[in-house]
Amino acid sequence: MREVAIVGVGHSKFGVRNDVYMPELAWEAIKEALKDSGLEQKDIEYFIVSNTGGWSSEFLPAVVVGEYAGLTPKGTVRVEAACASGSAAVKLAYDMVASGHVDIAMAVGIEKMNESPTPTVVEFIGRAGNFFWEFENFGLTFPGYYALYATAYMSKYNATEEDLCKVAVKNHYYGARNPKAQFQKEITVEKCMSSRYIAWPLKLYDCSPITDGSTAVILASEDKAKELTDSPVWIAGIGSASGTSNLSKRTTFTSLEAAVVATENAYKNAGIDHDNPLKYIDVAEVHDCFTIAEVMAYEDLNFAKRGEGIEWVREEQTYIGGKIPINLSGGLKAKGHPIGATGEGMIAELTNQLLNRVEKDRQAPIKNGYALAHNIGGTGHYAYVTILSLSKPRR
Amino acid sequence: MSEKKTQKEITDEEMKKFMGFVESMKKSIGIPMVPDMKTGVALWIDQRELNLRFVLGVERLKQFFNGLIEGKILGTKCTKCGEIYFPPQVDCPKCKDSKVEWIELSREGTLLTFTQINVKPYSFSHYNDYIVGIGRLPEGVNITAWVRESDPKKLKVGMKVKLEVVKRMPENYYVYEWIPVE
Repeated sequence: MREVAIVGVGHSKFGVRNDVYMPELAWEAIKEALKDSGLEQKDIEYFIVSNTGGWSSEFLPAVVVGEYAGLTPKGTVRVEAACASGSAAVKLAYDMVASGHVDIAMAVGIEKMNESPTPTVVEFIGRAGNFFWEFENFGLTFPGYYALYATAYMSKYNATEEDLCKVAVKNHYYGARNPKAQFQKEITVEKCMSSRYIAWPLKLYDCSPITDGSTAVILASEDKAKELTDSPVWIAGIGSASGTSNLSKRTTFTSLEAAVVATENAYKNAGIDHDNPLKYIDVAEVHDCFTIAEVMAYEDLNFAKRGEGIEWVREEQTYIGGKIPINLSGGLKAKGHPIGATGEGMIAELTNQLLNRVEKDRQAPIKNGYALAHNIGGTGHYAYVTILSLSKPRR
Repeated sequence: MSEKKTQKEITDEEMKKFMGFVESMKKSIGIPMVPDMKTGVALWIDQRELNLRFVLGVERLKQFFNGLIEGKILGTKCTKCGEIYFPPQVDCPKCKDSKVEWIELSREGTLLTFTQINVKPYSFSHYNDYIVGIGRLPEGVNITAWVRESDPKKLKVGMKVKLEVVKRMPENYYVYEWIPVE
């Protein structure tokens, strides 16, 4: 296997993007990634488009994007791993380059959720579990699935709704400093606490929004990367895993089992000590589709011990200056969560963090040169953990 | 409370109002293009509506539904390794070509977790807010279903719950539900 580096990233403004049609939105990220890498479309040997869709009009988004962005006739495919589709696209691009099949591949994330009214989007995401045994008869919603985890976690570890709101307050704090975020306003615990219930005990401010956005990551082999840039960001390791479609088949509701397995795989592949990941990792983006999801992520990644995640929130350990800064982009919560584009968005953000290229007041201090993206699809249905590194991995 | 509009009525009214606006714009300019309410950017409103209603093959699960009609809740059990399945499945992936038998499940269990759905999918928007819970049976299988309670604060993780076969209204079909046991 060859080493693989990120040589260019792109990230559109996230939000309600009714001002653009789907391929126009995708082009914003593709153009930025091409410019960042100094590559032309002809240099991209294969492009993978992550998109979940259903709520948007284009049924074959990969070719619609390819035509508009001048990538036709390069090979392509659309991938779906729900909210982790973007990390799945990066993994496939990584595998293609690492295996020697191509030298340069691009992962493009695109989601246009606002093409449907909110009740329709709620309906589609509610089916992101098991259709017959959960949705058809019991009408679960996406916030509902995570609320099942919130209830169990709060009961086991005496966490409160105020505690969860503090996660939202942090992510809005950093979102307010990210010009590409959907929400660029700080909020208070009081504002979060007074927001209406979406799926008890989760309230409006516990939930990530419905978002349109596009993202792109270009990967290259070691030889190509060295030709293209003096500052490649290496893929040190990727771990992936899946969880049962029925939540009733899970053995715990205070942790996402798939995330635990993906973490173990990723640490092993990257040569990171599972007992002490904070010795390596300077900054992380974790999948905070709901506030409870961020708390479980701290523990599933073994950053915090079981039950300690909520204490970290109270102690503000994941702000800059704490044990490890997390979601300095604003996270899914404030930056926004365009389902299929979220994964590449995390990896683009972390590439910029490692290269000291983000806004000063949300730049993590880079000491060891490792960054981690924790991207979950569905409610722990898919899990991808991607570890980036400034130095070339030693295998 | 009865005069309070359901989420469905609110959504339908908003949609009707919006489509009325689209029709008037179309009449005046000859194109189904309207300004976005918030930003004023031009939006094309799809003239083709897609309604989805799926058809699922349940031939091999017929016994489960026949059980519900008789007031029973059935799972399956592999005759070789003894694994019990709920949701019932007629293949045991561990034993590959073994047979499964239908068994009646016990009714009393423990509530593992629950939530109340406040913002509902459109196709559930005619109901009042409903509570969904996952309960565990002594056989070691978990079941997801509505919990008969309107206030989530009255429920507790670990409490005893009982399964009952009920008719879901207004659709009028048999389904199962958790009832808190106090």
